Amino acid sequence: MSTAAARFAKARKRDHRHLEAWTGGYRPYDLVKELVVAVAVVVVLTAILAALFSSPDDQPVTLARWARADAKDFTTAALSELNGSSDTAQYGPPYNSTPGAAQKIGPLSLQTLAGVRIPIDAAHDLVLQPLQSVAGDNPDLQTALSQYRSASPSQQNAWTDAYGKALSSATVSGGQLQVPPGDYGPVAVIMASELALARSGGLDGALLATKQFYQTDYTKPILFISDGSYFGNLASSHNLLGEQWGMMNETGNWPGQPWLWLYTFWYQIPPFASSGNADALIWGIMALLSVILVLVPFIPGVRSIPKWIPIYKLVWRDYYRGLASR
Amino acid sequence: MSVQTDKVQWSARVRESAEKNLPPSQLLPDEQPVYVHSWIYVFGALSIAAFGVVLASGLWLSLEGPTWWHTSSVGLFVNSLHLWSAELFFFFMVIHLWGKFWMAAWRGNRSMTWVTGSVAFLASIGTAFTGYLSQQNFASQWIASQGKDGLNAAGVGAFFNVLNFGQMLMWHIVLFPLVVGALIVMHVLLVRKHGVVPPYPAEGQDEFDTGPEAVVDVQRRTGGEGGAS
Repeated sequence: MSTAAARFAKARKRDHRHLEAWTGGYRPYDLVKELVVAVAVVVVLTAILAALFSSPDDQPVTLARWARADAKDFTTAALSELNGSSDTAQYGPPYNSTPGAAQKIGPLSLQTLAGVRIPIDAAHDLVLQPLQSVAGDNPDLQTALSQYRSASPSQQNAWTDAYGKALSSATVSGGQLQVPPGDYGPVAVIMASELALARSGGLDGALLATKQFYQTDYTKPILFISDGSYFGNLASSHNLLGEQWGMMNETGNWPGQPWLWLYTFWYQIPPFASSGNADALIWGIMALLSVILVLVPFIPGVRSIPKWIPIYKLVWRDYYRGLASR
Repeated sequence: MSVQTDKVQWSARVRESAEKNLPPSQLLPDEQPVYVHSWIYVFGALSIAAFGVVLASGLWLSLEGPTWWHTSSVGLFVNSLHLWSAELFFFFMVIHLWGKFWMAAWRGNRSMTWVTGSVAFLASIGTAFTGYLSQQNFASQWIASQGKDGLNAAGVGAFFNVLNFGQMLMWHIVLFPLVVGALIVMHVLLVRKHGVVPPYPAEGQDEFDTGPEAVVDVQRRTGGEGGAS
């Protein structure tokens, strides 16, 4: 070993020893007192903030509230579930296997690899099945559902297309949707029944119903509500949309999750703001940054940043001042 | 009990390891190195204190169930305590994290202290996220609707369904708190084991200057001729 290398190794060993076990001076420090005072300060501060600012609690959107407030938007969304054009119907994994819908990072699609583990058939699960569950005493609805199910896909599309075009000139009167007459087959009855079921509150329950009595899974109603404009318009009025840094915001003027600022930031800038794979790419970036954060001590260069930008001199200014005065 | 038995017994080994790595005087010392003299050091204790208030207010909410705070003025206040203590917890924790970064607090075999702290920070984000999903109001609906896209795109949503209130509530009140709590305990024990990271050597200082007062201090502390064990 050369003299320089030996000197370096000796210095490194010496520094390491001192870093591990401080051999310098000590001063009294009451950790228990510090913690007790900290708890007292946080309790008082929390109580003051809670008393002054409370916490937000905006009413949730139900299918009933939506159908009553905007029958036309609700029916438009319900029709898109029925004809398979809604975001939910075309989402891809984990809800269905729509070709090309899954997001990718380069050639890798973790969304596809995870598979369809929460299967949702939008037409069946969000429209036809809920209506079937209440069609027992409604012969017109039973007939309409049977006619729709037994029709060919092209016939179904012809009915839904015609109804969709007519919806643009539909009016709402007394809570009822008035659609101009046309050849909609059973779709007019199905849509009117879906709207009526929703307005009564029955659809909210029907979308939760399983073989169990107690329910906690709101996947279907939230997906359905998300497919309309009503939900998004409410969110926009609360500044919660993605382009409004929505994920980190809270309704009203309350602080939301500001610690998500970096995650939300990527959605505001190109190419992510307009990318079809934005979610996958941003999750990839955040996963990488998270790993870097955890592994800072092991990454050459990154672990030296504090040495290059000596903010530590502020923290330990008294210590260095003491050294200089000797 | 024989010495021979102690050497092979798991209980004895655990006790000996604890005594060796974390003797009481190190676990709860009444003094700190002279350089531990800055307001930045308070934010670790403040983070733990805020975590305690978050837990206490969360336990209070859990006594009455998830819908209580929507219908009771007392419940709303307790929910507000939970919200604001969580905000303070993150505020203190972020300052603590940045402080430790600029002090390069991983130096001197303290890498795992940094790792446990940073993982606790990430796990806390998951805890808060599931808390927002468990509010049962418009905000939780919207966050679920938006959050699902990122999780689904990452392949996580197939297993961690943010639209499933029951699943998110269990993660929020059981799984994440257990993880964060365990990480904080590990983090604190590692801090106590390795001590507070010393400053970078001053310019022209080729090793840490103990100084005459320091030697006296060390002698007093160790009862010997200086040099901490």
